[in-house]
Amino acid sequence: MTQATALTGAPPAGTPASAGAARPVPTRRVGAQRDWAFRLMVFPAVFLFTVFLIVPTLIGVFFSFTSYAGFGEWEFVGLGNYVALFTDPNIWAPYGFTFFLAIVCVVVVNVLAMAIALGLNANIKWRTPIRTVFFIPMVLSALVVAYVFTFLFNSTLPMIADSLGLVPLATTMLADASTAWIPIVFVTAWTSIPGTTLIYLAGLQAVPRELYEAASVDGASAWRQFRSITMPMLAVYLVINIILGFRGYLGAYDIIVAMTGGGPGISTMTVSMRIMGGLNGGDFAYQAANSLVFFVITLIISLVQLRVSRKGMSL
Amino acid sequence: MNPGVADAALEGGSAPVGPRRGRLGRPSWPLTILMIAASLTVLVPLYFTIVMAFKSPAQIGSGSGLEFPSPIVWDNFARAWEMVGFGRSLMVTALITVFSVAGAIVVCSMVAYAIARNWHRRAYKVAYIYLLSGLFVPFTVLILPLIKLTAMLGIDGPVGVTLIHIVGGIAFNSLLYIAFLRSIPLELEESARIDGATTWQVFWRVIFPLLGPMNATVGIFAFLGAWNDFLLPQMMIANPELQTLPVVQQLFQGEFNTEYNLAFASYLMAMVPTLIAFVFAQKWVMSGVMRGAIK
Repeated sequence: MTQATALTGAPPAGTPASAGAARPVPTRRVGAQRDWAFRLMVFPAVFLFTVFLIVPTLIGVFFSFTSYAGFGEWEFVGLGNYVALFTDPNIWAPYGFTFFLAIVCVVVVNVLAMAIALGLNANIKWRTPIRTVFFIPMVLSALVVAYVFTFLFNSTLPMIADSLGLVPLATTMLADASTAWIPIVFVTAWTSIPGTTLIYLAGLQAVPRELYEAASVDGASAWRQFRSITMPMLAVYLVINIILGFRGYLGAYDIIVAMTGGGPGISTMTVSMRIMGGLNGGDFAYQAANSLVFFVITLIISLVQLRVSRKGMSL
Repeated sequence: MNPGVADAALEGGSAPVGPRRGRLGRPSWPLTILMIAASLTVLVPLYFTIVMAFKSPAQIGSGSGLEFPSPIVWDNFARAWEMVGFGRSLMVTALITVFSVAGAIVVCSMVAYAIARNWHRRAYKVAYIYLLSGLFVPFTVLILPLIKLTAMLGIDGPVGVTLIHIVGGIAFNSLLYIAFLRSIPLELEESARIDGATTWQVFWRVIFPLLGPMNATVGIFAFLGAWNDFLLPQMMIANPELQTLPVVQQLFQGEFNTEYNLAFASYLMAMVPTLIAFVFAQKWVMSGVMRGAIK
């Protein structure tokens, strides 16, 4: 959602300022009272924001230049942690998996969500109950959902596959390093498709009906209408979904903790899981440096995506 | 983005999320059947969770899991409730959620109002940009120092989790509120001011009620975020007695745990509150979330 706002780029307009002229000139006392009220209104947000967001971020930056283990003594090591990061395969493997997962999830989720949104927007019977069902995953805890699916993938699916004679599916995918990502993508998609679908649905409702009517009069086929009307109108929502989705999937944590715990080995370990491990793992400062590198990379990706999409959009 | 599109979508999204008016012709049966088939991907796991929760351990050991429970074991729920300390967890989660929702609405609407009405002043513009920077700081960067900090302040429990939930939403929620405040005509507050109302009275009696739709949007996001969160309580709440509902579900993941019937009874109990709330408030939730998505 956040990027959606950045995209629309709507700063609060100068309405109050411009309308200020029409305002009766307040007496000095009333003006001062008003100022204090406004200051007090800003205070809680700025205070909480500073204490719990800015200060911890700065502490993290500070410790990333030290050897702090999370307890005990520490000393400055300069860029030592950062240098070590770039030569540590246990760091790069999670980076690889995290980006792989994010890209696969973005593609899978957007294709399916768009299909579902088109289906829900089309002329189908029992639309409301069907829509309710599709949106249920949105309100459920991803962790609990992942536990349920873990059982399905570990027991139910292999048992059914076995009775049907489908040998490759008869063993659990989660135990094999080369296939463990498939159930993870499945559950991630299951939980995040509704939110993505909702944005497409909002986009579809914004397409003026007259466009389709005019196109049918001109004899355009359904496919042609989809390509020439629906797709261009949905482009901006596609961009929003890709940027939001990518950022979300890069932070993947709950579902993987529940399904594989990062295993087998570290084949499904994500960067977030690695960083969280720094709390009790004795490498607090090292993971603080890791989190900053990760932050810079995700920020660059978001900015590049935004830049590319802006260019594409203005064509 | 073309603002016209967003506005039109917002209008479409606020009321008729339901069937589109003016659509003629008969419904497409092949498409309906296809959509129902696709919805099974949601229904089957839910069905599976429900039947598993009612089974006996013996039945779970013998089948694929999809069979109907026989005998139906109601006792699973009572035992699971006892085992995870469900009542206490539910209370903690509910309290965190209530205060996160209320805090998000009050803190963010106040700051948004002050910024929107003082946009011509430098200090408020700076405050706006300062808060906005929060959009770009990912949680993973601050979580480690944050936990140290809350432990130092002695709030490494539900209080800390609630505060962080509020803080995490400040940037985005304030943006939503400021965008919405632009659409509220100033005349309304002017007349209240002429009648002698103070700024606080104007805010609480005139502005806050007008923010209703946006309060709903912010509230829904805050509710879902707080109720279902796993990472933050798991990392921050030091006392296991005060853990939230998603986190206590981990109890069933122990190596020696084979009581899947109790696990699923507990999962189902954890799912039911939001499920029921969603089914009943569906229209309201959908339009609220959509409003947030478009802004």
